[in-house]
Amino acid sequence: MPVDVEARVIRNTRLSSDYNVIALAAPEIAAATAPGQFVMVKPGRGHDPLLRRPFSVFEVLRANGRVEGLTLLSKRVGVTTAMLFDAVEGDIVSCLGPLGRAFALVDPPEEAWMVAGGVGLAPFAIMTDALAARGTRTTLFYGARTGGELFYLDWFRARGVRLVLATEDGSVGERGRVTEPLERELRSARQAARVAGGLQASGNDLTVDACGPGPMLEAVARIAAARGARSQVSVVRVMGCGLGGCYSCVIPVRDGRGGRHYVRSCIGGPVFDGAELVWD
Amino acid sequence: MIDLSVQIGSLQLANPLIAASGCFGYGVEYAGTVDLSSLGGVAVKGLFLAEREGHPPERIVETPAGMLNAIGLQGIGVHRFVREKLPELRDLRATVIVNICGSTLDEYVELARILSDADGVAALELNISCPNIKEGGITFGCSLHGTFDVVSSVKKVTHLPVIPKLTPNVTDVAAFARASEEAGADAVSLVNTFLAMAIDVETRRPQLSNIVGGLSGPAIRPIAVRMVYECRRAVKIPVIGMGGIASARDAIEFMIAGATAVQVGTANFVDPFIWPKLLDGIREYLRRHEIARVADLVGTIDTTSREKQWISS
Ligand SMILES: Cc1cc2nc3c(=O)[nH]c(=O)nc-3n(C[C@H](O)[C@H](O)[C@H](O)COP(=O)(O)O)c2cc1C
Repeated sequence: MPVDVEARVIRNTRLSSDYNVIALAAPEIAAATAPGQFVMVKPGRGHDPLLRRPFSVFEVLRANGRVEGLTLLSKRVGVTTAMLFDAVEGDIVSCLGPLGRAFALVDPPEEAWMVAGGVGLAPFAIMTDALAARGTRTTLFYGARTGGELFYLDWFRARGVRLVLATEDGSVGERGRVTEPLERELRSARQAARVAGGLQASGNDLTVDACGPGPMLEAVARIAAARGARSQVSVVRVMGCGLGGCYSCVIPVRDGRGGRHYVRSCIGGPVFDGAELVWD
Repeated sequence: MIDLSVQIGSLQLANPLIAASGCFGYGVEYAGTVDLSSLGGVAVKGLFLAEREGHPPERIVETPAGMLNAIGLQGIGVHRFVREKLPELRDLRATVIVNICGSTLDEYVELARILSDADGVAALELNISCPNIKEGGITFGCSLHGTFDVVSSVKKVTHLPVIPKLTPNVTDVAAFARASEEAGADAVSLVNTFLAMAIDVETRRPQLSNIVGGLSGPAIRPIAVRMVYECRRAVKIPVIGMGGIASARDAIEFMIAGATAVQVGTANFVDPFIWPKLLDGIREYLRRHEIARVADLVGTIDTTSREKQWISS
């Protein structure tokens, strides 16, 4: 069950002129959050902003073996994110959660691939910790417009995550979309597995988990499906409540009878099986 | 001991707080954040006979102290509601007010028949005021004859209290309250949302896929209070007030203006734990003003030497 915490800002780290990581003292939420779940956040008490905004939980903070709080990765685009960017230690932010469906962790816990575009990095720090705890080999495909918008690289490296980077301007990593190296590596992994024979060649051993802009998620779902891999994608929608009350955050999902229907991404997602979604 | 109960026709509510339709799912979504039996009532999302897909996204956009919505009444239809949701709502001991929408007069009547036979429905709220769909609904709510016909037709087939929900998108809302009363309504509820729009000036595109939508939230509260006040003066049946209630003080304002009960919509999105806070605030107010029954607060506005001449009703 979600709880609402008037969370104190523990610290606020600016990563660039637009991105920040804000740490909130909401241990009861942090301790209950699974990778991919989100919180509904409202800074200030007034009517601007009026509604909460959804944020994936980025990290669970631990100090001396105790859960201390959680962090959110935020990009300044509107009123709420501007306030989160400007927040200082001691400010209060209402934080409701944890909410939504989490990523299913790959089982058996052999190998996991994560794909992040821009602020879509958000679910993958908490995810990395969960995978590391299970001894899963992990690769992060991470793309942004420019090298200055790739964050936490050392954080992921320190946890043994293999990084495959891409930027649209080519300033860091490969030039272009991150789904290009993803497609290439998936193809060669499949070929290698086929040569080696054995179980892995049969198909659904590999899961690709993704979060980022819609077109990237669509590409990931298509690439994974073409190579017989499962994909899980975390979608970003305009949300009113986060609890299934308002029906604003819907996304079209296949209904199994050749048709489609709208599912509330707050309670039916935000993580969906890539093959379930209708892209339009 | 403060008495919070209020009477809506033959229906007694444990307290005057009702979750507003479309802002509380089918109620069951909120079972984890609020004890549904602690609410005066739960108005569930508007139902047609058939399932509906609703409008494509974007369906909401925030505006100053408010929000626009054009959900388009996505819903599971009355049959699935009765089968899948009503038993759970019964188990949760919710006082269920079913909000019904029709494309035709016959559809309202059919919905009322089905729900009158179902176990666990406390009242019917007739949504003749949704601004977001073309067919039905508001075409009844914007015509005095239409309003009269829907209410009287539904009254003929049900024993349940009938509460037409009025639109504020008319010049004289009190006339619609009067037409409802004449048609036999047990109460009226108001306001539904105000037809509105918002444009992204960079792209010059409407911010809602439906182009226009309904405005709710604190931004509309003063207009809604005025409309409740006008209706209260126009009819004897109870008025259920809503529009921008976000605190106990706001709920009390509506009751003083003449609302026997109040509904809360948008504020539940902001704070799904608001319900006990509202109840505590109302109790505290009544204690401070030495009012033993919340019903005694209703319509107690003091307009001495402030009478406005323009109010016709
Ligand atoms: C997202 C949303 C969906 C709504 N859906 C319905 C509905 O299905 N039926 C209805 O009668 N009113 C519906 N309403 C109107 C509310 O019940 C209420 O009349 C209005 O929002 C004003 O109250 P508020 O300011 O407290 O939200 C909806 C409002 C919103 C914001």
